[in-house]
Amino acid sequence: MSALISSRLRSRSDQDWPGHHLVMREPLRLDCGIEFGPFTIAYQTYGRLNSDRSNAILVCHALTGDQFAADPHPITGKPGWWETMVGPGLVLDTDRFFIVCANVLGGCMGTTGPQAVNPETGEPWALSFPVITVRDMVRAQKRLIDNLGIDSLFCVTGGSMGGMQVLQWAASYPESVFAAVPIATAARHSAQNIAFHEVGRQAIMADPDWSGGRYLSLGRRPVRGLAVARMAAHITYLSEPALHRKFGRNLQDRHTVTYGFDADFQVESYLRHQGSTFVDRFDANSYLYITRAMDYFDLAAEHAGSLPNAFKGTQSRFCIISFTSDWLFPTSESRELVQALNAVAANVSFVEIETDSGHDSFLLHEPELFETLRGFLAGCAEHRGLTRS
Amino acid sequence: MIRGLSTTAANFERTGAHSAAADGATGDIRRDLRLIAEMIEPGARVLDIGCGDGALLGHLVRHKNVDGRGMELSQSGVNSCVGRGLSVIQGDADRDLEAYPTGAFDVVVLSQTLQATREPRRVLETLVRIGRRAIISFPNFGFWRIRLHLLFFGRMPVSHLLPHPWYETPNIHLCTIRDFVAVCDEIGIRVERSITLDRHGRPYSLDPHGSLANLLAEQGVFVLSESRREAKATAQPAG
Repeated sequence: MSALISSRLRSRSDQDWPGHHLVMREPLRLDCGIEFGPFTIAYQTYGRLNSDRSNAILVCHALTGDQFAADPHPITGKPGWWETMVGPGLVLDTDRFFIVCANVLGGCMGTTGPQAVNPETGEPWALSFPVITVRDMVRAQKRLIDNLGIDSLFCVTGGSMGGMQVLQWAASYPESVFAAVPIATAARHSAQNIAFHEVGRQAIMADPDWSGGRYLSLGRRPVRGLAVARMAAHITYLSEPALHRKFGRNLQDRHTVTYGFDADFQVESYLRHQGSTFVDRFDANSYLYITRAMDYFDLAAEHAGSLPNAFKGTQSRFCIISFTSDWLFPTSESRELVQALNAVAANVSFVEIETDSGHDSFLLHEPELFETLRGFLAGCAEHRGLTRS
Repeated sequence: MIRGLSTTAANFERTGAHSAAADGATGDIRRDLRLIAEMIEPGARVLDIGCGDGALLGHLVRHKNVDGRGMELSQSGVNSCVGRGLSVIQGDADRDLEAYPTGAFDVVVLSQTLQATREPRRVLETLVRIGRRAIISFPNFGFWRIRLHLLFFGRMPVSHLLPHPWYETPNIHLCTIRDFVAVCDEIGIRVERSITLDRHGRPYSLDPHGSLANLLAEQGVFVLSESRREAKATAQPAG
C-alpha cells in the first residue's frame, strides 16, 4: 500500500492535485540572486471574497504542511491540518472570511519545488532547484494575492514556519497586512533548531536511495532517510510531559521487553509510524529545501541587525501566541518579538498559552488558542469595519 | 518568568467584582477607574499597565475611542483581554516598559500597581518617559485606618485595598501620599494634578500636599509628566 501511494506521489505532475493552480509566467527574483520562473502556485480557498475584497485571510502552512488546511489530504485522506480552525462558524469563519492557503515555494503538493520537472532538461529539478528562503515563499504568495485582486489582507496567520511567513509578510508588505498572527514562531531560527534540521538532512542524504538527490529520475525514493528525519523532528514538536502522558514506558503489544531491537516501547512504535506515513506524502528534496529556508530565516539580519527596524512604522495589528511547553520555539523568542514591536510602538497583543502539548499545540484543540484568536479577529474586524454578512 | 509579584493580586478589585461584565452598555466601571477615564482625552494613545481583565481599557476603547494597549502580569488576565479584542501583552512593569520608545503614548496608566513593583522609582521615571502624561493611583499607607490598625492591634494593616497578610502580599513598596509627592520632587517629575479619594472612591477636596489628605485619603490619583525633559536633552553631550 505504502509503495503504491509513494508511486502516486512520484508520478503526479504539478497540475494533478485537486484545488487551484496558478502559473506565474513572470520570473521571481529570489534571494539567492536567481530569476526563477515560470512557476506554479497550488492553493486552496475557503469562503467567499466580499465585494470590497477586505475579508481575505492568508493561512501560511508549516514545514510539512500544505494548502489543504480544511480539506481531506489527497494522499492520506486525513482531515485538513487546521480543520478545527477553518470552516463555517469556526474561528477562521468561512461564512465571514475568505481563506487562502497556498503550498509554499519549494513544496511538494503542487507548487513548484525540487520534485517538479525543469522544463529545460525534462528531468526533475532535484538539487539544481535554487535554494529558496522564507522571503522567497512570501514573494510568491504576494504574487498570488495580487493575482486574486486583494490589495490588503485582513489577516495573515500561521504556526511555526507559517509564523515566520507571517512575520515576513508584516515586514515586507506592511501595507498589505491589516492583522498578523504569528503562532509558535520566532524572528530567526535558533542554533538548536538548525542543528535538528541538519540531523534530518543528513539522515536523508545518508540514505543510498537519495542518490545525490536524483532519486526521482532513477525511480527510487529515500524513504528510510526521510522517515528518520521525520522521527527526529517529530520529537521536537512534542514535549517530555506529553510523551510521558501518552506513552510513558508502556510496551507495545507485549508484556515484557524482547532483548532485541524491535519496537518494544509504544513510543518507538509511534515514531516509526510517524516516519513511515510521512514518506507517503512528502518529498525528501522538498524537506531539504524547506528546512534550509527556515534555517536561513533571520528577520533582523535583513534590517541591519535590528529587529525593531523590520517593523518600523507598521500599522498592522499583531497578536503573538506562544505555548508554555514549546521548546522548539520557546516563549522567550516570542517575547523578543513583542519587545521589538513595542520598540516601534506597534499595536501588539501577546498571549502565552499553558499546555503540555509542545510545539504542535497550534495544530491541536487548544481552547485558549481558539478563544484568543476569535477575540483578536473580532476586535480587528471591528476596526476594519468588516460587517457580518 | 512570572515572579511572585503579581499586579493582579495587588489589584484585586480590577479582577474581582469588576469583571468584564461590569463594562456594559452603561460604561459602568469602578469609581476610581471612572475618575481616571475622565482624565483621558478621546482618541488618545493609552497604555494601561496592570490592566487586569481590561475593565478600564475596554471602557476607554469603547467609550473614548482611544488607541489602547494593555500590559498585565497574569496570563489569565491577558488571555481574557485579548479574547475580548483588546491589545494586551503579558508583561511586568519592572522589566517590560524599557522597550517602549520615548513619548510612545499620550497617557500611561498605572492603577493600584506601583506598590507591587520592585523598583517603583525607576518605574515612575520610565512612565513619564514613555508617556506624555502618566496617571498613577495607589493606596495611601498614611490613611488613618491603617495608622490606627498598626497602633491598636500592633499587626500589619489589612484593608480592602491591601487585603493580603504580610507574608504573601505582593505589595512590597507601600508609601504614603507624602512619600509619593516627595519622590516625585526628588526625581524631578512634575505633578500636574492630584486627587485624593475617600474609602468609597469619592474625591476629597483636600490639598494632596497637606497632612490632612495624607491622613484622610485612602488612595491618591496623580497625573505626572516629565518636567526635566528639556533639561535632560540639553544635558546630553553635543557631539
